[in-house]
Amino acid sequence: MAVFLDHAATSPLRPEALSALNQALLQLGNPSSIHSHGQATREILEQARDQIANSVGCNRSEVVFSSGGTEANNQAVKGIWWSRSSSERKLIISSPLEHKALLDPIQWLVEHEGAELVELPISNGHVSLAALEEILRERSQEIVLISLMWVNNETGVITDIEAVTEIAKPYGIPVHSDAIAALGRIPIDFAKSGLYAMSISGHKVGAPIGIGALVVRRDAKPVNLIHGGGQERGLRSGTMNYSLASAFGAAAELAVRQMSETQSRLRVLRDKIETAITAAIPSAVLTAKNSIRVEHNAHFIFPGVNNDSLLFLLDQQGISVSAGSACQAGVLGPSHVLIGMGYSEADAASCIRVSLGYNTTEADVDVFVNGLIEAYPKALAASPMP
Amino acid sequence: MRVLAAMSGGVDSAVAAARAVEAGHEVVGVHLALSRMPGTLRTGSRGCCTIEDSMDAQRAAKKLGIPFYVWDFSERFKQDVVDDFLAEYQAGRTPNPCMRCNERIKFAALLERALALDFDALCTGHYATVSQDSEGNYELHRSLAMAKDQSYVLGVLTQDQLKHSYFPLGATASKDLVRAEAAQRGLTVANKPDSYDICFIPEGDTREWLREFVQSEPGKIIDQSGEVVGEHDGHVGFTIGQRKGLRLGRPAKDGKPRYVLEIRPKTKEVVVGPEDALAISELAGSRFSWCGKEPENQMDFFDCEVQVRAHAESVPAKAAVVNQELVIRVDQPLFGVAPGQTAVLYQGTRVLGQTTIDRTATEAALNV
Repeated sequence: MAVFLDHAATSPLRPEALSALNQALLQLGNPSSIHSHGQATREILEQARDQIANSVGCNRSEVVFSSGGTEANNQAVKGIWWSRSSSERKLIISSPLEHKALLDPIQWLVEHEGAELVELPISNGHVSLAALEEILRERSQEIVLISLMWVNNETGVITDIEAVTEIAKPYGIPVHSDAIAALGRIPIDFAKSGLYAMSISGHKVGAPIGIGALVVRRDAKPVNLIHGGGQERGLRSGTMNYSLASAFGAAAELAVRQMSETQSRLRVLRDKIETAITAAIPSAVLTAKNSIRVEHNAHFIFPGVNNDSLLFLLDQQGISVSAGSACQAGVLGPSHVLIGMGYSEADAASCIRVSLGYNTTEADVDVFVNGLIEAYPKALAASPMP
Repeated sequence: MRVLAAMSGGVDSAVAAARAVEAGHEVVGVHLALSRMPGTLRTGSRGCCTIEDSMDAQRAAKKLGIPFYVWDFSERFKQDVVDDFLAEYQAGRTPNPCMRCNERIKFAALLERALALDFDALCTGHYATVSQDSEGNYELHRSLAMAKDQSYVLGVLTQDQLKHSYFPLGATASKDLVRAEAAQRGLTVANKPDSYDICFIPEGDTREWLREFVQSEPGKIIDQSGEVVGEHDGHVGFTIGQRKGLRLGRPAKDGKPRYVLEIRPKTKEVVVGPEDALAISELAGSRFSWCGKEPENQMDFFDCEVQVRAHAESVPAKAAVVNQELVIRVDQPLFGVAPGQTAVLYQGTRVLGQTTIDRTATEAALNV
């Protein structure tokens, strides 16, 4: 039996999203055309925008569709940099635990635009808000942007975003959050959050890959990365992908509507996994056990076990889990998130992330737990002695 | 049997895996990630290590309908192959990194993992043949395609490693046949260029790359009598037998060209001399191993052939273990043999064993 417990990588397409997609695909029209065909597809797009806005508590004009989370992060980080940086203001505040889709655009600005990155210290998987307060007190005039992810995609640790924006507010510094792993998993209220901008992605909530959005305040004017016909508030030129947007709207709406019930159900399953694995393998470490974290995610370190071998053995049993974020060419390497949390390189190459989703069943969990307990000794034997 | 097929993304390993599948084995493909920071696209004539190569391997595996994984051996590779390569050059020697990779990564770390994960054999696209003698001992032989023969770089394999090694290309008469077979099987790598550069050196410029990583300070160029005949800006650029680029101010007394004879990193000296001083009659090394069954009476000199480079001819020799050192004497002198290189012993097509060369001696030195 094939078991998919890697919803943090991508979540299965929801039937409702597929149905919305199919319907939209059959409607002819460029949403920017003025005739009735264009108006028909524009209406599909705008209904999707409403669904997203309702799902994340923002004004509909604040939803800027993109090709996905990576593009949204790039637009936010670079767009805010170009709108606010100056010779005296070059500092970006972030954390070592961010996704590459956030860290890499910042790194690009460091290398090409003279940006300076300050990564906040980490304690028990959480960024230090005290350190944030301190740097704001000392260098607020130099800060272009604060960007901190809402939910960590590997460990599931939740950042108190409202506390972050509360700290930043007196200084008038914009705060962006990568909320890709938060959507549909914890309540998001953009208006209440105090955020300046926020990235979300469709395929993490059961829409197809290829659609996401940057939610960006009405009064915000980041510089656009893409130039053309001026669609999407001038931030994202190009003919608008109303079909994928429609699927995203349907998936997000459903994910958020069912969130409370689903997450409570998944918490029971997640706890079952953690209890069973730590009982069977006493050396296993629950990475973010005492942190505030999402309910559907379990993250283990199996000291001395090479994750290539463990993932191979699980895949041979038809079980899909991962070691961290999916990356190019399938090379795992040690997780930068775990290294950022202070774990050793060896531990950071010995971890497994199990992420559950809306269609995960107890049977899936049982197959995984039994499969892992069976694979563990073999994976340990296949790992070289330190 | 359960076969783990190492797939570099090249045509040889893809066809080898295809033949393993066709032979009825249960095959899983694996690509080794040997670099932490792989390039995106292949450059020059390097054969692996880029994401493009990894994707080529994956496409081939999917074509064959076998599971495929990328395993990260970059840390091991850095320690055991790249760092060793640099240390050898630092010490004034000329290493063979492909040999080291076979010895410590492919047929050690990877094979050990394969066996622990219940595989019976490791399949690669090497051109060489494994067979068994009448007593069941495993033997390594040259491939049928002599022009592609890679038994030299496999000379480090031991009986136990040979037992689990599977080289489906060994009995193929030429690389052209392998390419034709790849095309016929619909493998996209059929026309991928051959690789011959060192995989971890970008752009294939070994000397430039070494200058960046190996400390080497300016020093004197001296002749065999110790007289200073020139200066150099670092020993790393030199190889034994090199004639060009010495930039010696004045010609030798006899007017004949001079060659690099020896590199002495400790004193920063490079020794030059006439061509006949390069004529090596004896090679010896203490880091030796037997490929398959050990020769009987190995303390007495026995007849064999020796090959000192991947694409050199083998020449008649006599070898014996003397004072825990494998000593090899050649009938006709060899030129340009450097410490650090590997000498592989053959008897006919069979590989007997190998040693990393620690020292060499000329005919004249032996007669003193």
